Amino acid sequence: MVTPNSISRESDLSGGEYKWGFVTEVEQDFAPKGLSEDIVRLISAKKDEPEWLLEWRLKAYHHWVKMAKEQGEPEWAKIRYPQIDYNDIYYYAAPKSSTEAPKSLADVDPEMLATFEKLGIPLQEREKLAGVAIDAVFDSVSVATTYTEQLEKLGIIFCSFSEAVKNHPNLIKKYLGSVVPYSDNFFATLNSAVFSDGSFAYIPPGVRCPIELMTYFRMNAEGTGQFERTLIVADKGAYVSYLEGCTAPFRKTSQLHAAVVELVTLDDAEIKYSTIQNWFPGSKEGEGGVYNFVTKRGICRGVNSKISWTQVETGSAITWKYPSVILQGDNSTGEFYSVALANNHQQADTGTKMIHIGKNTKSTIVAKGISAGQGQNTYRGQVKIMPSAENAVNHTQCDSLLVGDQCGAHTVPYIEVRNPTARLEHEASTSKVSDDQLFYLRSRGISEEEAHHMIITGWSREVIKELPFEFAMEAGQLLKVSLEGAVG
Amino acid sequence: MLQVTDLHASVVDADEEILKGLSLSIGAGEVHAIMGPNGSGKSTFANVLLGRPDYVVNSGVVTFEDEDILELFPDQRALRGMFLAFQYPAEIPGVRPWQFLKAALDARREYAGEKPLSVRDFSKLFDDKVEAVGIDPDLVKRSLNEGFSGGEKKRNEMLQLEMLEPRLAILDETDSGLDVDALRIVAEGVNSLRSPDRSFLIVTHYQRLLNYIKPDVVHILVDGRIVETGGPELAMTVENSGYEQYIKAAVAD
Ligand SMILES: Nc1ncnc2c1ncn2[C@@H]1O[C@H](COP(=O)(O)OP(=O)(O)OP(=O)(O)O)[C@@H](O)[C@H]1O
Ligand SMILES: [Mg+2]
Repeated sequence: MVTPNSISRESDLSGGEYKWGFVTEVEQDFAPKGLSEDIVRLISAKKDEPEWLLEWRLKAYHHWVKMAKEQGEPEWAKIRYPQIDYNDIYYYAAPKSSTEAPKSLADVDPEMLATFEKLGIPLQEREKLAGVAIDAVFDSVSVATTYTEQLEKLGIIFCSFSEAVKNHPNLIKKYLGSVVPYSDNFFATLNSAVFSDGSFAYIPPGVRCPIELMTYFRMNAEGTGQFERTLIVADKGAYVSYLEGCTAPFRKTSQLHAAVVELVTLDDAEIKYSTIQNWFPGSKEGEGGVYNFVTKRGICRGVNSKISWTQVETGSAITWKYPSVILQGDNSTGEFYSVALANNHQQADTGTKMIHIGKNTKSTIVAKGISAGQGQNTYRGQVKIMPSAENAVNHTQCDSLLVGDQCGAHTVPYIEVRNPTARLEHEASTSKVSDDQLFYLRSRGISEEEAHHMIITGWSREVIKELPFEFAMEAGQLLKVSLEGAVG
Repeated sequence: MLQVTDLHASVVDADEEILKGLSLSIGAGEVHAIMGPNGSGKSTFANVLLGRPDYVVNSGVVTFEDEDILELFPDQRALRGMFLAFQYPAEIPGVRPWQFLKAALDARREYAGEKPLSVRDFSKLFDDKVEAVGIDPDLVKRSLNEGFSGGEKKRNEMLQLEMLEPRLAILDETDSGLDVDALRIVAEGVNSLRSPDRSFLIVTHYQRLLNYIKPDVVHILVDGRIVETGGPELAMTVENSGYEQYIKAAVAD
């Protein structure tokens, strides 16, 4: 058993540059390391799950074992990392004090609340000030869900995944795996077998969710993998804006994160999903850091529906992530706005897939990659126009910004058009922070570092402006912190 | 205020010098104009004064308020009160003039040991100045200088000058490409800021600006050197008979 010890943020490992690198001393309840059918059963039993869900997990588990034997991890992405030993990972770690789920904030472990304070998400404050209902996932178990009462009145369900399994089994049964099937890909399949918790949101027909829903993920226990699952369903004419934030303390060893997010919109519904991903990127020398293998996919099932992904990816040693939209309903819209930053030894391989099936479907991709230090940034995107997709329109814009001359930016677009009425536009650019711009700002008294920051966030603004206001501020701040030392 | 002695400068990595022994001295409260043919080194001089990294100073001394500034970074020079209105201002996508000027003013106030202006006070000042320099308020909601017309860029430089209230303002052809109204605005801006402890160095090709702004001293810059210094009447002479005689004299040197 691992006993976490406190590391101050001035620790020599990172030189204090990863601001959120601290460890909370909460007792953890671990299942033994390694993956087996028994572990899957244990996770399911711990959570008191119904038989059908255990069956689903086991199907996923057996499929994963087969995949691991036959093909192993996918290898097409432009990322390099040491072999992951899947038997050296804890697949379940619940804070001990919350094995009985807290009924209210008062029941939440004060240490844990203190952690959220340090993260800058004081739950009590935020719910009042910002009108954000937060579902905070600490390691894998949801510790607190706020604001639910007000939401309940509107018929909105927002709770941890486990609660949803208990209280809304029909919705879970109907939608779980309906966008990302358990057999989808190596990491999604692994998640399907061992996911420990996550968030669930359901917006009933005609309801516009009045506040932004938010989940804050944080990894804590050393050697644990994090496998959370998010499922959001917007019923006919519903709207919701959903925020996801993440941090992890720094560790010398790498941590595996394999999450799955599924979004479903029915007729005239809209989901706006915003992420700020700030998992520990590893030390300057490339030691440790989170391996972030995430499957995010939405389906516009209904007509006139819309799914919009916005992400600011500053963290993780490795990012492997392609939030996608399946445009099935006629006149549906998919959007992807992304800023991915790779500094020091970070590697980001990220992009999107837009699959056009319905008529008059429209997709927009704005992908911006910032590479600094020895960072490697790859945009990988697919636009697929199926024969049924009359008059589909896609606009893709890929911009790369290089800071320094040891980093790399790569663009890998895949385009498949099977209907001649489609209209596709693709723009790409690569730039550097220009000396003229820097001198202009500095000649006004702005320091070199601040000038770089201003130019870089300005360059990213098309994406950042898609974020809800509070998140936009945080995103700017994160870009700044993440680039410290890379400029000047 | 500003003392330049035998300044020699060239483009980084180039052998040929652009400034070849330039000397001048500007006292507190004075307005100096520099005129000179295209390519004579006026912009180079203005940029070297602010420390643009494209240039190297090979020899000479520049002091600002008795401090040797040649080792200072551009932002350090700016914080001490130097300002350059650019001939060709840079375009910076996604950065709004408001945000940029707030940062610049905050930096300057912090350097002076003052608190940053509150957002409300700043906004009021900003809106007033935007109106004063006649910039379309919609323009300053866009990206800094991006897609601004030539004249709009110059007005934006004036906006910054008026907001930042420097001790020494260098205007590099701020009057070029301006319509008559804009020209008057530039002149009014400069005249209203004239004070015993603020100086101006105005680079211009046209006598007409000097009809509005009465300079104390006029310099003629040819081939990297000041070849003639005089009063306002010198600008008239140039306007009437061009630089021919000065160029000949410079070549003869
Ligand atoms: N960064 C640079 N790289 C190369 N050459 C330069 C650079 N800056 C200036 N020069 C050269 O130095 C000379 C002086 O240029 P400068 O821009 O200072 O002239 P100017 O007097 O401002 O002219 P104008 O009246 O046309 O604005 C020119 O020959 C110019 O081409
Ligand atoms: Mg010039």
